[in-house]
Amino acid sequence: MGKLTIEELRKIREGARKSRDLREAQGKSRITVHMGTCGIASGARDVMDALLKAIDTHHIEGVLITTSGCAGLCSMEPMATVEFLDQPPVKYVELDAEKIVRILLEHAVEGKIVEEYALAIGSEKMS
Amino acid sequence: MDKFRSHCLICTGTGCVSNGAFEVKKALENALKKRGLEKEIQVVGTGCNGFCERGPVMVVQPEGIFYQRLKVKDIPHLVDEHFLKGRPVKEMMYSPGRREPRVPLMRDIGFFKDQVLIALRNRGRIDPEIIEDYISHDGYAALEKVILQMSPTDVLAEIKKSQLRGRGGAGFPTGMKWEFCRNAVGDRKFIICNGDEGDPGAFMDRSILEADPHSVIEGMIIGAYAIGAQEGILYVRDEYPLAIHRLNIAIAQARDFGLLGDRILGSDFSFDLRVIRGGGAFVCGEETALIASMEGRDGRPRFRPPFPAQKGLWGYPTNINNVETWANVPAIILQGADWFTSLGTEKSKGTKIFSLVGAVKNSGLVEVPMGITIQKIVYDIGGGIPNNRKLKAVQIGGPSGGCIPVELKDTIIDYESLTATGAIMGSGGLVVMDDSTCMVEVARYFLEFTQSESCGKCTFCRIGTKRLLEILTRITEGKGRPSDIPLLQDLASKIRDASLCGLGQTAPNPVLTTLKYFRSEYEAHIFNKRCPALHCSKLVNFTIIDSKCIGCTKCARACPSAAITGKVKNPHLILQEKCIKCGECFRICPVSAIVKA
Repeated sequence: MGKLTIEELRKIREGARKSRDLREAQGKSRITVHMGTCGIASGARDVMDALLKAIDTHHIEGVLITTSGCAGLCSMEPMATVEFLDQPPVKYVELDAEKIVRILLEHAVEGKIVEEYALAIGSEKMS
Repeated sequence: MDKFRSHCLICTGTGCVSNGAFEVKKALENALKKRGLEKEIQVVGTGCNGFCERGPVMVVQPEGIFYQRLKVKDIPHLVDEHFLKGRPVKEMMYSPGRREPRVPLMRDIGFFKDQVLIALRNRGRIDPEIIEDYISHDGYAALEKVILQMSPTDVLAEIKKSQLRGRGGAGFPTGMKWEFCRNAVGDRKFIICNGDEGDPGAFMDRSILEADPHSVIEGMIIGAYAIGAQEGILYVRDEYPLAIHRLNIAIAQARDFGLLGDRILGSDFSFDLRVIRGGGAFVCGEETALIASMEGRDGRPRFRPPFPAQKGLWGYPTNINNVETWANVPAIILQGADWFTSLGTEKSKGTKIFSLVGAVKNSGLVEVPMGITIQKIVYDIGGGIPNNRKLKAVQIGGPSGGCIPVELKDTIIDYESLTATGAIMGSGGLVVMDDSTCMVEVARYFLEFTQSESCGKCTFCRIGTKRLLEILTRITEGKGRPSDIPLLQDLASKIRDASLCGLGQTAPNPVLTTLKYFRSEYEAHIFNKRCPALHCSKLVNFTIIDSKCIGCTKCARACPSAAITGKVKNPHLILQEKCIKCGECFRICPVSAIVKA
């Protein structure tokens, strides 16, 4: 990648905004696994492995998987967030390999929030 | 093909049709058309979904909301509420017999409700290893603004106006620090990010570096532009491998994009960054020790002046800020100093991140506006104290900080208010302590830490902390002397006055604050040989109440030192000379016949 000009930086910003947008990315939903040191220490890698394996074995398409850092509530790790187009994200807490597969199948695929594991709907307050 | 934002899957199986599903479907289509929603909401007839008893039924996707017993006359209301206003109609939804817990909204959850995110603005929202993700969340937009519209002095003026203060602990005004370095004369200038986060229980800097490394990099590029630095270094402790890994990825990406290197974004400004791994010494968080460590020398502080702004790394003017401070910079530039100063108190603006740990229900990383009370952090955000125990104190500022007692829980978070209590803002460790915590032991714990981390340069810090630790240890073991309290006070003030750097100057704070607020606990240990919190094992005895003991033998079997004797179904006895005070019997007794006193 060559050196960016300001124009190109703006283009990347617009392009990246679009590709993050589920509509453009042709995705149905997105699962973000929070993988900071705290998350990994409490088992986020197992959660991620189980998720990727389940996507494979169930031949699931249209669910985007991504990672992110600590979401803040370290005592309830591992955490994951499920998002659908134009809907507020749902945060799940205290996950393990079994729970994440249920969330994948019921929420990310079927659109039904798994209430037992969900902490909250929506986003944090930005300043 | 048109894309619909929502799909109404209405059952047109025999059962539902006999209950009027077709009429409902027709009414739905008409109502949607009337509101101009027919291109957004798709109505689909589906086969029987088995819930004929509640027909006609309809599922709205993607929310998965299940409507039941629909009637033609209800449809216009449903369309207006659900599809026009976005409010699902509860009365028409299926409600199972048992009331299911609904998922609350993020803004209604105590832990998140009172937080305001600036430095942690992208936490959990972006993939830290993908630069485009950061860019799409206004990343490098502040840099763009700086390069296009602002001169270095404009940037400096904006940071000064924002009244941002160093988040590493001391709270020195960032703009003023930058100005010293900018005005210093030197062929080369350096800026450094201090990522040597070492307070026990503090992990905010690690979390920022792991979750959003580009925010720190962008802050440093902007700082370098304002100061006139050509080189930047991130000094990160080696115990943070994931943070270092993600930083290195981020730096490589930024360099690849021309956001680091020569002629950034086509301007005349050039700057580059690299990571140096720290060896894990607590004292290296001190500026001059940090520089010494980077130059390959022993990590020990030196006299100031000259300050690093005049003579820093390799003798060149150097500016050092910590991770959280740098992460604030892009947000201030992008949204303006006026926005930033609208948050916080008169002398402390913006937000502060705390790692909230200890005896609190929700532990984690919280970013709160300055001016919030300790009470609100512990109860509203932290969810209060678990196990029905009571709040006793909060320890703020790590080994350099102090214990603030429950009586002062209305103290607000700002640099001056915390200093007035004898604690300090510090880097943001916040340990909540309940009534089972012994305050003498807390002071002893922190002294053990500072004592082992003292670099040994100053006599009072090297030997004084050792003596403090010895005195505190003997008090917790019931061997305290009446002269110990004045001795602690005398020694503490001498260590504070005769140490070169912040480590020694603040090391007595945990002792001084606990002596100030919990003097009676020291006295109970020394004069009554009692630990009021029943924590210090040498001062606690376990005994069995004969009348309560059922002789189940559980305690005798659990005892690791064979200190409990007794026959089955007869009262047992603890042999005090053999007891190691582990508390196993106390925990295992099914009839609470064992007392701890």
